[in-house]
This record gives sequence, C-alpha cells and structure tokens, in this order.
Amino acid sequence: MPTLPNDMSLRKPSTPVRGGAVPAVGIDAVDVRFRTKKRDVTALAEVSLDVRMGEFVALVGPSGCGKSTLLKLVAGLLTPSTGEVRLQGERVSGPRHDIGYVFQRAALLEWRSARRNILLQAEMRRMPSAQAAARADELIAMTGLEGFEDAYPHELSGGMQQRVALCRALLHEPPVLLMDEPFGALDALTREQMNIELRRIWRETGTTVLLVTHSIAEAVYLADRVVVMSPRPGTIREIIDVGLPAEREYAETMTRPEFASATGHIRGLLGSVGVGG
Amino acid sequence: MSQSALSAPPAKTAGVAVRERPSPGRRVAEAAEHSWRPVALLLACFAVWWAIAAAELVEPYLVPSPGATLDVLVDKSDYLWQHSWITTYETLLGFVIAVVVGVLAAVVMVYSTTVEKTLYPILLFAQVVPKIAIAPLFVVWLGFGIAPKILIAVLIAFFPVVISMVTGLKAVDPEMLQLSSTMGARPWQTFVKIRLPASLPHLFSGLKVAVTLAVTGAVVGEFVGANEGLGYVILQANGNLDTPMLFAGLLVMSLIGVVLFVLVEIAEKLLLPWHASRRDASMTTSY
Repeated sequence: MPTLPNDMSLRKPSTPVRGGAVPAVGIDAVDVRFRTKKRDVTALAEVSLDVRMGEFVALVGPSGCGKSTLLKLVAGLLTPSTGEVRLQGERVSGPRHDIGYVFQRAALLEWRSARRNILLQAEMRRMPSAQAAARADELIAMTGLEGFEDAYPHELSGGMQQRVALCRALLHEPPVLLMDEPFGALDALTREQMNIELRRIWRETGTTVLLVTHSIAEAVYLADRVVVMSPRPGTIREIIDVGLPAEREYAETMTRPEFASATGHIRGLLGSVGVGG
Repeated sequence: MSQSALSAPPAKTAGVAVRERPSPGRRVAEAAEHSWRPVALLLACFAVWWAIAAAELVEPYLVPSPGATLDVLVDKSDYLWQHSWITTYETLLGFVIAVVVGVLAAVVMVYSTTVEKTLYPILLFAQVVPKIAIAPLFVVWLGFGIAPKILIAVLIAFFPVVISMVTGLKAVDPEMLQLSSTMGARPWQTFVKIRLPASLPHLFSGLKVAVTLAVTGAVVGEFVGANEGLGYVILQANGNLDTPMLFAGLLVMSLIGVVLFVLVEIAEKLLLPWHASRRDASMTTSY
C-alpha cells in the first residue's frame, strides 16, 4: 500500500489515475502464456491498464485476443506468467470474492427459481438472510424482474436469464463487476435494451465495470473508455476516451458526432489488423 | 415479447412461458393418447400367443395357452407371491447397495484423478467378466442363502450407476464452478449446491438401467443355487416340463422389472421436476 504512489508514477500516461486514489483494477506489465501439447501460446503480452473506481471500461478486440483471459486474471481465476494484477490495491493471488462475474451464458442453476439463483451468491457467502433478501428485492426491482422471481431458468427468455445473472453478480455489492460478453447470445433488439438497462444500473450502483464485448457500438455507448486489443498475442493497441456525456439517451447518443468518431476510429483500428468489428 | 416493456415494469406473466395445468379429464385423455400404442402392441402379442395356442400350432407342453398360464397365476398365487417377494427383496437390496457404493465411488473418482486412474481398470474388468460365469463361485463362497444373489445383483447394477454418476459430476458447467469460486464457496458447498444436483439427471438414467439389471442379477444368482425365488421357480418348472408355471414365472419376473423401472421414473419426476419438464419440452421460450 505505501509504495503505491511510486507505482502509479511509473504508469503509462494513457492510463492516468485521477485524484491519486487507488485504482479499482491495476494491471501491470502482464504476460500470460499457456502451454499446449504442441506449442506455447502467448495469450497476453505486456498488458498494462488501470481502471479507476467507478469507471466503466470496455474491452474490444478480435476473437482470441485474450479479452476473457484478462477478466479471469482480475478475478484471480488465472495467474499471470509475469507481471502483477491488483484489485483495489491488493495483489490478486487467488480467486477473489470482492467481484461480480457475468458470463456470456447466464450459467443459472436450472433447479432453482430466478430468485433462488440470485440468492445463491448470498448462500455461498453466508450473508445474513434478511439482508440478502432485501438486496435481492432491490435488484429484482432495478432490473425489471418483478413477477419473474419464481420462474425457472428454462421458463425465462435469454434477456431475462441474463438479468438474473446480473442480479446474482451484484447481490453482494461488489466494488468491481466483470462481464464477459454478457449480451453476446442475445438478439440485436434485446441487446440494445440490455445496454440501456446496464448503463442505468451502473449509474445507480456506482460499481466499477470491466466489460468484454464484440460490439463496438455497445462498447462506445456504455463505457467511459474503450480498450482496443490486438490479436494474439493480445496487447493493448489503444485506449480511447469516448468523450460522451454521462447522461446518454440511446438513440440520441447514436447520432452524436463523438459516437460516430469513436466507433469509426475503433472500427479502423480493428480493421487494420484484418478483423472486422 | 418480454423485452418490449423495459422502461415500465413488465406485466406479471410477460416473458414467462406459461405452463397450463391440464384438467384431470384432459390428463387422462392425454395419458391414453400417449399409451395406447404400446398397450395395443402388447395386446397384439397376447393375441398372437393365444392364436398359436388355440390353433395348436405348437404342442401345449411347449407353449401353454394364455388361459393355462393365467390359471397358474391365480391358483398358485400364494406360491408365486412368496417367491416373487424373495426375488424382489434381493433385487432391491442389491440395487440400493449398488447405488450407495456406486455414487460414493463416483464422487471419490471425480475428486481424485489418482483414485480414478487406479479404480477405472478394475471397474472395467469387473464389468467385462461375465457375472453368470462367476456366480457359481459366489455360491461356493457364500452358500445358498440370499448373500450370493445380492452380491451378483450389486455387481451387475454397480457399473451403470458409477458411469452415469461420474458423467453427471463431470458435466457441470465449468463457468458455474468458476463462479462458485468467486463466491468464496467451500468445496462442500459447491458439491452440495451445484455439482450434486446437476449430476442427478445423469444418475437417474443410470439408475433406470441399473434397476432392471438388478432383477437379472438376482435371478441369475437363483439359477446357480437356490431353493427359493423366481429363478428357482423357473428352474423347477423347467425340470418338470411345467410350461404354464414357467411362463407364469417369466411374466411375474418381467412385471417386477417394469414396476421397479416405473418407480425409479416416478422418483425422478418427484425429485427433478425441473428436469422432467424440460425433457418433456412442455414449454416454449419466448423472447
């Protein structure tokens, strides 16, 4: 902890830490190498990134560029080969409990109702049940799941299932929310609506969000900063400040020149590496 | 459809596939609709049997008439009942032991690769050895009581239980397990709340195979050396060329297998309603 100010002064100017506060997520010169039967694969090379408390950062890049690997590093589900990952100033050395995780597939337990799926988080953490129930009610209301509490996953649409997964990830009020292509399996219309929801929920909760996505529009609409990654070995190509106002009405945002320039720029970056957005 | 009402709270049932509860009358009609084909086939088999016997195409001592078989079933019901009970008892005991041992073995094997690598070849070997061939050995070792019958039933029913349980425990969504570790779950919590329930559908398909095999195991045990049980009844009837009794014994034996199978299926429906409803595809997902 005391060495932190020193640490931060060494960081790249592209990832400033505003106000000198401890970054929610600190990724420092991280390499990840996998050993397969035939060869060694470098998934991530020299990745450094700081995410401020309460910031929304989106990661875009071609398939297999290590975006999901990066999230797993932050969650402590993987350890970097070299470099260091810090969560709230603390070195990540094993699975972290102060995060919420949402996958592309909702990963719900099909024998539990929506509400009991959400409460799984509380049961595993042994949260006081009254507190957990109150928080679950709050989240159910926030995500528009009222009336669906007792439905089983197979009775819910894909969008609804993903809302349940989101509630589960937010139940313990994690300071950092990690989302790995959470809306990738949804149809375009549902996806748009989920984007609007997520933006609103993020503003209401103030959680730091790290979102992996394939959709450039989604990244720009949702995030404060968009991290564009290059294909394997995954490196950070550029970090773009989207420069959109905090209040973002969906249709209006889409027509703004900042939106067009940001998406155009990102598309150009991704296109120049031979992979379309 | 559910997503159309995002800004406003969605209506009570929007987005949820509604499963109607059919009226009792309709349920009977539906059951009849589902089961008339097998019932008709069964009746056709009986009709063929009856025709063969009535036309005396085959000597009656080779194929008894349905009537003669039914007579034996009624006249000797006490005798059949007594021996059926013994076979059922052996089957159930063998099945229960096979399930307990099989499930425990599967859990240990899934959590320890060393144990799995050590046990698997032995398991396979035990499965490949014909149980009928080693049955006489068990009689030599364990005598003419019910012990060798139960042992054979256990051996024969054990394998599908282990295999299905191992498959089930391994089929858990790896993302679910990762999620569980981010929740700070203890290993036993992950096991009880995620792995075990997720494995049950697989286990039950193994149990259905195992329970019918357990009947075979018990009867094989009785064939080799017994003075009670349906296997003994059939051997006796065979020795006396009492084909009506032989047929009656076979019928009762099949009936035991079918009833046990149905009981496992009912247990599955009661324990895993989420799975049954999913499999029956009695729902539609709306977007």
